[in-house]
Amino acid sequence: MNPTDLTLRELADALAAGELSSEEATRACLDRIRATDERLGAFLHVAEETALARARESDRRRREGNALGALDGVPVALKDNISTAGMPTTCASRILEGYVPPFDATVARRLGDAGAVVLGKVNLDEFAMGSTTETSAYRVTRNPWDLSRSPGGSSGGSAAAVAARQVYGALGTDTGGSIRQPASHCGVVGIKPTYGRCSRYGVVAYASSLDQVGTFGRTVEDAAILLQAIAGHDPLDSTSVSEPVPDWVAATRGASVEGMRLGIPKEYFVQGVDPEVEGAIRAAIATLVSLGAKVEEISLPHTEYAIAAYYVVAPAEASSNLARFDGIRYGLSVREGGLRDVYLKTRAAGFGPEVKRRILAGTWALSSGNYEQYSIRAQKVRTLIRRDFEEAFKRVDAIVTPVAPTAARRLGEKAEDPVEAYLADVFTLACNLAGLPGMSVPCGFTSKGLPVGMQLLGRPMDEATLFRVGAAYQQATDWHRQSPPEVA
Amino acid sequence: MARSDWEAVIGLEVHAQLLTDSKIFCGCSTAFGAPPNSQTCPVCLGLPGSLPVLNERVVEFGVRLGLALNCTIREHSVFARKNYFYPDLPKGYQISQHELPLCENGHLVIDTPEGEKKVGIIRAHLEEDAGKNLHDPEGGPSRVDLNRAGVPLMEIVSAPDIRSSDEAVEYLKNLRSILVYIGVNDGNLEEGSLRCDANVSVRKRGETGFRTRVEIKNLNSFRFLKQAIDFEIERQIRVWEEGGQVVQETRLFDAQAGVTRSMRSKEEAQDYRYFPEPDLPPLRVDEALVARVRESLPELPREKQARFVREYQLSAYDASVLVADKAVADYYEQAVAAYGKNPKTVANWVINEVLRLIKENPEGIRATRAEPERLAALLRLLDEGRINAGSAKAILEEVHRTGEEPEAVMRARGLEQVSDVGVIEEAVARVIAANPAELEKYRAGKKAVFGFFMGQVMRELKGQGDPKLVSEALRRALDS
Repeated sequence: MNPTDLTLRELADALAAGELSSEEATRACLDRIRATDERLGAFLHVAEETALARARESDRRRREGNALGALDGVPVALKDNISTAGMPTTCASRILEGYVPPFDATVARRLGDAGAVVLGKVNLDEFAMGSTTETSAYRVTRNPWDLSRSPGGSSGGSAAAVAARQVYGALGTDTGGSIRQPASHCGVVGIKPTYGRCSRYGVVAYASSLDQVGTFGRTVEDAAILLQAIAGHDPLDSTSVSEPVPDWVAATRGASVEGMRLGIPKEYFVQGVDPEVEGAIRAAIATLVSLGAKVEEISLPHTEYAIAAYYVVAPAEASSNLARFDGIRYGLSVREGGLRDVYLKTRAAGFGPEVKRRILAGTWALSSGNYEQYSIRAQKVRTLIRRDFEEAFKRVDAIVTPVAPTAARRLGEKAEDPVEAYLADVFTLACNLAGLPGMSVPCGFTSKGLPVGMQLLGRPMDEATLFRVGAAYQQATDWHRQSPPEVA
Repeated sequence: MARSDWEAVIGLEVHAQLLTDSKIFCGCSTAFGAPPNSQTCPVCLGLPGSLPVLNERVVEFGVRLGLALNCTIREHSVFARKNYFYPDLPKGYQISQHELPLCENGHLVIDTPEGEKKVGIIRAHLEEDAGKNLHDPEGGPSRVDLNRAGVPLMEIVSAPDIRSSDEAVEYLKNLRSILVYIGVNDGNLEEGSLRCDANVSVRKRGETGFRTRVEIKNLNSFRFLKQAIDFEIERQIRVWEEGGQVVQETRLFDAQAGVTRSMRSKEEAQDYRYFPEPDLPPLRVDEALVARVRESLPELPREKQARFVREYQLSAYDASVLVADKAVADYYEQAVAAYGKNPKTVANWVINEVLRLIKENPEGIRATRAEPERLAALLRLLDEGRINAGSAKAILEEVHRTGEEPEAVMRARGLEQVSDVGVIEEAVARVIAANPAELEKYRAGKKAVFGFFMGQVMRELKGQGDPKLVSEALRRALDS
C-alpha cells in the first residue's frame, strides 16, 4: 500500500505505531508530486530539501520519545498567500515574483510548531481573487477528477493537492468561498472557521474583514486535526478572537446528529442550481434525517443581496490592501522614468486583469461621492445578512445548503464573463459577510463523475457542531473514500 | 479700503509626536537618529500579511493630551485608512482616525492684549507617522528611511477662532507648553516632533461666514508661523481688494523669501478614500482609564501661573515667563524653597539672570550648573552684605559654567564685599586727603561732588565696598 493512500489520521497512527517514518511518508508525497503535478499543476513551489530535513527531525523526535502530537511528521501544503520564512510567497502574482518573506505567518508557524512538514506552496487565483484558480499568473491547476476542469478556487491548489493525495492536508484561505467551493469541486473536506478564529498575521490580505484561514482534509477529522493546530488567539492579529479553542478532534469521534435541528434555507434551493447538485444535497439531507437529525425549512431573506454587498466590500478593501505593491520596497519594480512611472508601470505589469478589475471597482466604491451609496450601503446589507442568520440560529443548530450551483466548470469556460463567475459564488458569500463558520463535505457525484459538496453553516464560534454533523455524515457514507481516477 | 476693515480667520493643525518608546502599531523603537531602516519590522515596513496592533501606551498618551486640552474622550473611536501613494508610506495608506476621533470639543486659553481668549479644539486624533524620503543632492536615486514610519502622532485641530498671527503664535506656544508639561511631546519644532499647518482666510469685519481658506504648510518655527500668516493675510486682502478670488489651495511657506507659494490647488487635492480600518477593532477607552489618566495629570501651565501669582505674589507676566517651561517653573520653586524667603527676588534673579544665561542653549534650564540651591546660596551672600549685586552676577556666571559653590567663587576671585567699617573709613580718609579741591567744592555746597567721592572710595576698595556702609562713612567724614 502506498503511504499516500492513508488519511492524515491513518498516517498519524502509523507514525505513532512506528509502522512508517515521516521521511518515508514525505518521500512518498514528493514522488507523487513528481508523478502527477505536471498534469495537475497544484504546486508553485516544492521545498524538497527543507521538507526532508523537517521529516528527519520529526523522526528523531519520535525515536527520542518527544513526538509533538498528531501532526508531527505529517506532510502538508500551504496556499501561496500564506507567508513562509525562507520560502517564496507569490500570491500567484507577478508583482510578488521572487518575494521571500522574512517571517512566518502565525498559522504557518503553528503548523511548524506542531511538527508538520511543509512540502511547499500551492496555487491560487491571483491574490485569491477568483473561483477557478485560473487567474494565477503562473500555472493552470486542474481538477483531479477531470483534468479538463477547474478545481475551483481560489484555493484550487490546496483542494487539488489534497484530492490527488499529494499531501495529507492543506491550508487555504476563504474570503467568499475560496475554501468551501474548491473543496466541493475536488471532493475533499474544507472548513472556513468563524472570522477571527485563526490569525491572519502573515496571510496576504485580500479583503481583511472577510479573509479567514481554514483547512482541507480528506476527512472531516483530518480537517479538524489541522484546524486544531492553527486556531486560537494571536496577539499579532487584533481581529483574532480570544475565546478558547474547543477540542474539535474529539467532537468528530463517534459524532451524532441525533436530535440536532438542521435548517434548509429556501433561498438556496432556487432556479439555476444544477438538478444533479440539488439531488445530491437532498439525498445528503435525507441521510442526516435517517441519522436522527430534524430538518426544517428556514428563510434567509437577504441572501440575494449578498453578491452585490460582497463585490463592494471585498474590492474596496482589496484596493487599499494591494496599494503596498508599488515597486518601491519589494517584489516587481519597473524602474523607468519618474516616481509616477514606477507606480504605473509596476502595477500595470505586475497585476493580472481580474486583480486590476477589483482594484478599480474598489477604488470607485470608496471614492468620495460613491462611498455613501455603495460602501455604507454594503455594510448595512452585511448587518441585515448577519441578522438573518441570528434569527435562523434561534431555531436551528446548523444550516445545510449546496456549496455551488454546479459541479466543477471546464477550464476557460467563463473567463470572458466575470459577472457570471461572480454569480456562482452566491451560496458561499453570505457566510463570510456574517463571519460564520462554514464547511464543505463531499456528498456525491454528478453523472459525469464530478464531486458535489454540501455546505454546513454554523453559529459564530460553533465549528464544533459542523465537525459533528460532518463526521456523523462521513461515518454513514463513503463519498470521501473515493479516489480521483485521473491522477491514479 | 483700509487694512483695519479686514479680519483674519485662522485655524491651526498641529501634529505632535507622542513620546512613547515604541511605535504605534509595532514594537519598534522610536528613538531618533538611528541608521536608516534599522528600526523597522514587517509591520512598519508594510510587508504583505503584516497587521497592526495598537500600542496601549499611545492610547494613554492620547487620553492625557485630550484631557489637558479639555476635550471629551470618546468611549468608542475608530481607526480609518487614509489612502494615497507615496514612497515614504509603506502600506499605501496611513492608519489615522477620521469620523470618530479619540478626542473632541476641547479648548485652550491664550492671553491676548484684550485679555484671556478661549480657542476651541475641534478634535485630536491618533495616527501613524510616515517615513522619510532621502533625496540625493547629486541627482542619484532617492531612498526611503522607514525608521519614522509608525511613530505615533496626535493631530490637534483648532477651531477657526484665531484672529492674528500673534494669537496663532500664542496658541502654539501654549499648546507646546502643555504638551511638554504632560510629558507626551518634546516640543521640538525645528526637528519636526511638533509640526504646524495653518488654515488662513480673511473676511470683512462684521461678516459672519467664512471666505475661501488656504492651507499653509511647513511652519517649523514661531517666527515662520508669524511671517507666513502675516504674508498670507496681506496677500489675501490684496487679492480681494483687487477684485480677485482667493483660491482654495495648499501653499508652502518659503522661509528664505518670507512668502507663501502655491503647492497644489483643490482640484489637484487627493481623494483619500477613507474607510474604517478592518485590521483594528474600534478603540474602546473605558472610564477607569480616563479617570486614572486624569488623576495623573500634572498641574498645567495656566494653573501653575495662577498659583504663582497667588502663592508668591508675582506679577501675571513674571509668572507666565516662569511657567512657560515646566523645568524653569520647577527650578524656580526649588530655589524659593532653598532660599526660604522673598520669592519675588528669586523670580527676578531667575528671569533676569538665569534665563539670560541659558537663552541660546537648546537644553534650557537643564544646561545650567547653577542649581536652585546654589542660586539660593548666592542670594544669601547678597543678603549678608558679603557681596554686592555686581559681584553676584559675575559669580552666578561662573557658577553657571562650573557648578562651583558661590562662596568658593567669591573667595577665589576676591569678590567678597568690604563691610569692615574701619577699612572703609581708612579708604574714605585717603580719598578725602587726596582731593582737597573737591572737598572745598563740597563744603561750599556743591553736594553733587558726593558722587565723585563715592566712586573714588569704591575704586579704592576695588569695587567691593558695601555701598551702604561706604555712603554712610563718606557722609560722616564730609559733613563733620
